[in-house]
Amino acid sequence: MSLPLALRGLFREGAWHAAAPFAEGAHAPGAHLDGDAVLDVHVRGKRYGERTLLNDFRLRMRPGEIVALLGASGCGKSTLLRLIAGLDSAYDGHVRVRGRAQDAPSTDVGFVFQEPRLFPWCSVADNVAFGQSGTAADGVHVAALLAEVGMAGRERALPKELSGGQAQRVALARGLAGQPRVLLLDEPFSAVDAFTRMKLQEMLVRLVQRHQVAALVVTHDIDEAAWLADRVLVLDADSGRLRHDVDVPIVRPRGREGGMLAAARARIFDALRDAHAF
Amino acid sequence: MISELQSPIGFVHTASEPSGDVVAVAARAGARRLGLRLLGALVPIAALLIAELANRAGWVTSNLLPAPSDVIRALFELGWRAVALHVATSTARVVAGYALGATSAVVVGSAVGLSRTARAILDPSFQALRAIPSLAWVPLLLLWLGIDEAPKLAMIAIGAFFPVYMGVVAGIRGVDGKLVEVARLMRLSPFALVRRVLLPAALPSVFTGLRNGLSLAWMFMVAAELIAATRGLGYLLTDGREMGRADLVLAAIVLLAILGKASDAAMASLERRSLAWRDAFEDNDSPGGAR
Repeated sequence: MSLPLALRGLFREGAWHAAAPFAEGAHAPGAHLDGDAVLDVHVRGKRYGERTLLNDFRLRMRPGEIVALLGASGCGKSTLLRLIAGLDSAYDGHVRVRGRAQDAPSTDVGFVFQEPRLFPWCSVADNVAFGQSGTAADGVHVAALLAEVGMAGRERALPKELSGGQAQRVALARGLAGQPRVLLLDEPFSAVDAFTRMKLQEMLVRLVQRHQVAALVVTHDIDEAAWLADRVLVLDADSGRLRHDVDVPIVRPRGREGGMLAAARARIFDALRDAHAF
Repeated sequence: MISELQSPIGFVHTASEPSGDVVAVAARAGARRLGLRLLGALVPIAALLIAELANRAGWVTSNLLPAPSDVIRALFELGWRAVALHVATSTARVVAGYALGATSAVVVGSAVGLSRTARAILDPSFQALRAIPSLAWVPLLLLWLGIDEAPKLAMIAIGAFFPVYMGVVAGIRGVDGKLVEVARLMRLSPFALVRRVLLPAALPSVFTGLRNGLSLAWMFMVAAELIAATRGLGYLLTDGREMGRADLVLAAIVLLAILGKASDAAMASLERRSLAWRDAFEDNDSPGGAR
């Protein structure tokens, strides 16, 4: 084993992180993933009027990995998700999913928004199957997904009959309906109460592991980022560049308390302050 | 009202039997709703009674303001055959004219709502046409189409067109962009986007337009029949006026009220069924009957 690889191994075990407040300076962000990356993003820049966001932003993710994206409002987090989803192709750079260019929406990428965005005239099952074809639209597949998100037996319910948390569960099932490789989540749990949020976070981790998707979560919640993510990316408020790439090397299942988690929270907090997020 | 008389102890007692309590609350709510609805009948019933009484007592000249019983008698004197003929004629005109106007409004409105180009080309003209009081078309329609059925249908269609057009355009243009974004993620074709997202999302506004258009269709039917007709409720109105028969005029008005209300109730019921998915305040306490 070569020395860099050994170092990288150390990195992923988190031996360094427990001690060092900042470890990200030591390696190029996103570079510590090799051939098994399912998502490969390199944005050289995204013009936004006078500003250029996401300058030289690189991200590689492997299946089953959860990356949290933090930063001040307007620093480019949601823009990045839209680029990856193929909703916006007016930028300099590339997004590849499984090696294929993602310049238009595809089944390889699922999206969960802050609001459930369910079609109110469609039943729960029709919402999950919406726009899908083949097995993804199959009733058995849909019912299985709904069971996974704890909504078994609610196939025929209308969105108006659901609570906010239930609707977001259905939105998660819909995000996974096309059997995507990448799942993008834009502040998915910010509109639900704290208790529901914890349950949904636990469910998301289960879903990511079972479906082996690469999950990129935009959040404003430091606790959520620390508990949920394998890595936390922090964008700079002013320049919209990637400022920090914080590893959270805590084994799963994770507890809600403990020194490792507290240390991760502290590192994320420091990174955010450094990125002028507040 | 019972609930307000109940003592706190009474509440504690009923709270121990939740299912019975729920039923009681529902029954009370139902009774209250019925009571409120009956309150709405209070004014018309009182007005009818006063009109009847005023006539019997000779306070008003009965050939100008006939008693309600005279109005009913006038209907019976006409005979059910004649009444049915007038009603059927007018209804058929409204149905045909409304179908013509509403259908073309849905087609044109969809085009204007969906396509920026169609909007740029058509909308200014239709907004200008809308500004013309529709009755101003009457002389022109008579010149062009004669005094037969054609001008009547054209008038009703014009009357029904604009509310429906406005409803369709506003409905489609007001569709939540967030839902359209979801549809884009799902790679919907333009046609599927229209059919599966834009039209369903626009439906509440379309229905508002359809209902407004329907009431205008009745209005324009009367206007058309007042001008030139040999049968229909508008004709009955003119005939009653020319013969100085206020009872006939009022009988025609009553029939128009019934028809208008019935057709709107039918449309409202269709709307409620089509929009059952809507999470709206108004639907939560109206399990039946038109508003």
